[in-house]
Amino acid sequence: MADQVYWEDVHEGMALPDLVKNPSTQQLVKYAGASGDYYQIHYDQTYARNNDLEDVILHGALKNAFLGHLVTKWMGPDGELKRLVCQYRGMDIPGTPVIIKGVVTKKYQDKGADLVDCEIWLENEKGERTTPGSATVALPSR
Amino acid sequence: MTTPASFLTEEMRQQAIGQKSEPKTIDVEKGAIIKFAQAIEDDNPVFNDEKVARESRYGGLIAPPTFLRSVGVDRPAYPYDMPFNRLLDGGSDWEYFHPVRAGDRITAVSEIADINERTGRMGLMIITTIVVTYRNQFDQVAATQTSTSIRY
Repeated sequence: MADQVYWEDVHEGMALPDLVKNPSTQQLVKYAGASGDYYQIHYDQTYARNNDLEDVILHGALKNAFLGHLVTKWMGPDGELKRLVCQYRGMDIPGTPVIIKGVVTKKYQDKGADLVDCEIWLENEKGERTTPGSATVALPSR
Repeated sequence: MTTPASFLTEEMRQQAIGQKSEPKTIDVEKGAIIKFAQAIEDDNPVFNDEKVARESRYGGLIAPPTFLRSVGVDRPAYPYDMPFNRLLDGGSDWEYFHPVRAGDRITAVSEIADINERTGRMGLMIITTIVVTYRNQFDQVAATQTSTSIRY
């Protein structure tokens, strides 16, 4: 199992370890099959171009899943994801890496739970945050 | 098509708010969880490896946080025609209350929580807030997903 992060060891401003993904058109097809989202702009280039897109684009929901991956990996086996928020601000295309990042913004206790809020986002190679969001997790205490 | 300067009246807003989809029920299969985890390239053993997951606090495989999209619940129908061709997904806000486990039976219903119009760069836009509630076989709310869609 992965290492466990404890609430006491977290501080505001602390960065979550980056996650780098290299989505390919094949991954978009796999995601379409696994999620049931068969909108053609995600795998049919002609269809995408006829819809004023330069290429096929990543599913917003796949980027949402990448953000979930970042947080669930970081919080470890005994962490609990309470909330996951994301906004689709920009499009991303396959064949170029995306970097998923996060930083702890708040550490607090509420109703007996040891909680942490994070600002999270997905950025492209140019450093543009195409998919910003936030997350709340409950962490175990030592 | 010419975009009208205004479309929604207060009466139309009130007609739309509270509109619900038909419920959609799926059985969460172990294979579907693993296939989803593989598609998003998340190798966390609680999503992929039943032997390891069995030793975890969950006692078995659970679904990754956004797996519930694969339930494929319909959007609620608008009670009138929407004269807009294009649709954008603005994002999602998930809240989690109970883990989704292999073998769970999940029923999802979507509901229009709010609807407003705004004039932006692309002309008149209708912004709809939809809440999907995912309940398990024990009638517990496993998660809610609030999403924003933009029609223009």
